[in-house]
Amino acid sequence: MTGRCVTVLATGPLTTVQDLGRPGRGALGVGRSGAADRGAAALANRLLGNDPDAALLEVTLGGLALRAGADLTVVTTGARCPGSVAHNAPRPLPAGTELRLGPPPTGLRTYVGLRGGIEVAPVLGSRSTDLLSGLGPPVVAVGDVLPVGTAREPMPAADLAPLSDPPGDEVSVRVRPGPRQDWFADDAWTALTTQPWTVTAESNRVGLRLSGGEPLRRAREGELPSEGMLRGALQVPPSGLPVLFLADAPVTGGYPVIGYVDEADVDRCAQLQPGQPLRLVHRAVRAASSAS
Amino acid sequence: MRVLPSGSTALLVEVDDLDQVLGLYAALVDDPLPGVVDVVPAARTVLLVTDPAVAALPDVEAAVRRIRPRPGRAGTAETVELPVHYDGADLADVAAFWDVSPADVVARHTGTAWTVAFCGFAPGFGYCTPDGEPWDVPRRDTPRTRVPAGAVGLAGPFSGVYPQESPGGWQLIGRTDVAVFDLDRDPAALLRPGVRVRFVAA
Repeated sequence: MTGRCVTVLATGPLTTVQDLGRPGRGALGVGRSGAADRGAAALANRLLGNDPDAALLEVTLGGLALRAGADLTVVTTGARCPGSVAHNAPRPLPAGTELRLGPPPTGLRTYVGLRGGIEVAPVLGSRSTDLLSGLGPPVVAVGDVLPVGTAREPMPAADLAPLSDPPGDEVSVRVRPGPRQDWFADDAWTALTTQPWTVTAESNRVGLRLSGGEPLRRAREGELPSEGMLRGALQVPPSGLPVLFLADAPVTGGYPVIGYVDEADVDRCAQLQPGQPLRLVHRAVRAASSAS
Repeated sequence: MRVLPSGSTALLVEVDDLDQVLGLYAALVDDPLPGVVDVVPAARTVLLVTDPAVAALPDVEAAVRRIRPRPGRAGTAETVELPVHYDGADLADVAAFWDVSPADVVARHTGTAWTVAFCGFAPGFGYCTPDGEPWDVPRRDTPRTRVPAGAVGLAGPFSGVYPQESPGGWQLIGRTDVAVFDLDRDPAALLRPGVRVRFVAA
């Protein structure tokens, strides 16, 4: 296959096309989706001189292999995979050459950006695959030929972003109380913010299921009418073990949200491998609630 | 009105009932607040998602407290008429629950004016709330693993149409051939918050 495209030779455990997602459509029941590590995806597009909403490949635990159908420019960001000479630094990917990513020693998601962006057909204004709702392009499969667009801006002067790789040991993120903290026993917030949590293997783009701590006790039984929530929400199902929502979070949920990870820290959560320890550290903010 | 924290970029506004949600949502659509990039109504709440680069959360909170919700069910001017084949597998169960005939269930469903209160569960799944007396229909004891697209159902105080095939626990009373969610249409969702709905026998 020739032309501005890449042919997918291997996908690893999961590769999807992602961009900035579908913000602003929550009232229609459409979640935002988009790159799970927005910062890493944005960096790839900046390094390539792409538009901020250009689509790229989100590769989970490496394993992607693709062949260039034309002379292209590639960069990888996020989790550093063996096999990429273009990590945080764009490189040519001449026609016929292959990019093969091994498994990243640390971090979970690698963004493979191509200058010009992946130009599969958008759905509701975005090329993101939403694994919860099923919106967007299908999951990337072996044999797919993905069209690559043409960039309008010149390549930027900076050709390398000096960044540290996602850590492989314990990660600490800031949390603040959420809308239903008062549905929980007095000791639940302390339990949430002092116990060490572990990311389980039952985690995906929808969210991280956490285990390892004592279950969080409810002070209030009964059902919560479904309400809107966002990525970063720490929702507590009847098990008492929190779920930390990520990019493909549902628009509304019916279990109480005890807290939120700060938006600036959610990207780092999206890079946690199964088994990795996570600390949720209380961040004091002024109370937002009052009667009127 | 209670304003509850929802992370570093959003606020959850809680009100007393669905009518207040509709009134607040209508006001927020008519007069969008600066810095609010998404408004997500639900059963008792409206989530305001902000762009922190445009507006700080305390300012958004102050602005939402100044809002005067629209009275009653103003909704939008738009009314959608959905033809329904009333041959759902649970029609007899619903009739038995109310101790009426299936034809009475149909007459009640078609004779009621509905308003989409909010979407959820799946893209384009509008929770329709009736004018007048609240409805109360129990969910099925065992949810179905597959409900076809277009199935018209009842659950609790709501009626709705499944936009795509999915699992579901609503009582199915019929089906419509109208695509309530169509990616090739703009807007894709027919049943958006505020839209008035009439079900008619096909």
